[in-house]
Parts: sequence; C-alpha cells; structure tokens
Amino acid sequence: MSPSSPSKISSNFGNNGGEGGGGGGGGIVDGSDQLEPPHVLAVDDSVIERKLIERLLKSSEYKVTTAENGLRALEYLGLLEDAKENTLTNNDLKVSLVITDYCMPGMTGYELLKKIKESSNFREIPVVVMSSEKNPSRVEKCLEEGALEFMFKPLQLSDVKRLRCHMMKFDEPCNERLCVG
Amino acid sequence: MEVVQLQGRLIEFTSSLFREGFLDDQYTQLQQLQDESNPDFVVEVVSLFFEDSERLLNDLTTTLGQQIVDFKKIDAHVHQLKGSSASIGAQRVKNVCVAFRNFCEEGNREGCLTCLQQVKHEYYLVKNKLETLFKLEQQILQAGGSIPLM
Repeated sequence: MSPSSPSKISSNFGNNGGEGGGGGGGGIVDGSDQLEPPHVLAVDDSVIERKLIERLLKSSEYKVTTAENGLRALEYLGLLEDAKENTLTNNDLKVSLVITDYCMPGMTGYELLKKIKESSNFREIPVVVMSSEKNPSRVEKCLEEGALEFMFKPLQLSDVKRLRCHMMKFDEPCNERLCVG
Repeated sequence: MEVVQLQGRLIEFTSSLFREGFLDDQYTQLQQLQDESNPDFVVEVVSLFFEDSERLLNDLTTTLGQQIVDFKKIDAHVHQLKGSSASIGAQRVKNVCVAFRNFCEEGNREGCLTCLQQVKHEYYLVKNKLETLFKLEQQILQAGGSIPLM
C-alpha cells in the first residue's frame, strides 16, 4: 500500500527521532518509503506465554510491548485512575492492537478490555482476548464489550498473521481509506 | 561420534518423544519460531517452563499439605501449569492437569493428591527427555554439524 501523496504523509507526522524503550515511534515514512511496523501491546501473566507471544508477533514483523498484568498495561497507556491527567493519547504511543489473556490475577482481560473501551483516548484500539478455555459465555461477553476477536491458546503463527487485518492504522487519516488489511 | 550418527540419533530420539506422547505439535511450532536471529529460542522457552513448573509443583505440594485444602488456589496453580505445558507441547503433563482440575472442581483431596504425584512424574520424565534432546543438539553443533529439520 503506497501513499498517494508524499507531501500529505510528511505533514501528518512529527519526527520523533529515536524510539523510546516501550513507546512507539510515529508512522514515519523514511527514505525507502517503509512504514513503521504495527505496534502490539501483549498482556499475559505467564512469563512463558509472554515470551511465546512476543516471538510470534515479532516473527510477523510487529513491534511488541509486553505487560505482565492489566495494571501494567493501563499504566503503559496512562490510564491508571490515580494519574493526575491523562495526557497520553494513542497518537503518542501508536498502539495498533492490544492482545490480552483472559485469566489473569487481579484484573482479568475482560476488565482490561472494558477500561480500554471506556477511555476516550484509547477506545478505538482493537482488542483481542485470548484464553486456553473454550467458554462460550466468556467469548460472548468479551465480544459484546467490544473485543474484535477471541482467540484460543496456544496461539499459532497463522492466528498472529491474521491479526494484521485488525490493526489500527496510523499511516493516513481514517476518513481517507477503508482499513483493508 | 560422527556428526551423521549423532544426527541420526537425534532424529530417532525426537520421533520417539512424539510417538510416545511426551511432545505434541506445539513443540514443532516452537522449533519453527527458532531461526538465526533467535537461535536459542526453544531452549529459552523450555528453561522458563522448567523454572515455572518447579515453582508451581512446590506450591501445589504445600497447598495440598494444608489441614484445610484451598481447592481454588490449587485450581489456579494447575490452570497455570496446564497453560504453560500446552504452550511448549508437553502433552502428557497437560493431560494430567486436565484430570487434576476435575478433581479440584469436585473438592476431591485424594484425587488431587494422586494427580499431583502423576503430574510430578510426567514433568520429571519430560524434563529428562528434553535435557537429553538439548544435549544431543549441542553435541551435533560442537561437532560442526547442523540440527536436522524434522
């Protein structure tokens, strides 16, 4: 997908220089006309699952940030309740998708999903929920709350490749084009 | 030992692990995620699995040893173990966890104790097998060979 007009693209982005550790870079078009890879926030309380999902996502050429629980994920997004001011928007972080485990101690993936969908700055981010249990009412409840998809663990490479069509795009204003993946 | 002999041994040994149900297709998925830029991926994930499992098995032993058994806590631990064993393809361990969770739901202490014994047995078996497999791989690499793709 090549941009229609180079000048339009460059006016959409500030140049953020280098990327921070966990923060996203902008959808910067560099000299070779390559767009930044989609940035996925992956949330799972299991260190093994985090390693696996990180590798799966990176091998599909996504940029990955992992969080070990819902609170850390919200902290990353600047959505914790005691934050003085929610100054972060998704234009800063450029999270294209959140993928979260359902069963986590403390805040479940469902609760995290709700918090994201309640946030004016982040509610547009696609959220995928994963679980090792095939529980129909759990699936329904997540989809009703706005999860784009419910995936079963362990995730396969094909599942992860499929995520691309859900990714939120930052390369051009959304009123210009349909997200065709 | 010659590289070719070692490679033959590895292929035979790995096949037996799949045939005997110690490993399932998920292990193959892990191998496919390993490449030149992530050459130790499988060993790294499996090592995490070993650490995590041993912690869980210790916690399970302690919790089941209490006067009043907290079945919810046990179930939570077994759920974790089931998840991680499924993620690395440790099929037999995963299968015992399924039975284990059923006993938790029933609040059946004896059943749980039996399952704990079984899951420990299966875990140590697969750990042993995987360590042997990794050693074989190391021997091949040290002899200048490459790991055959299965």
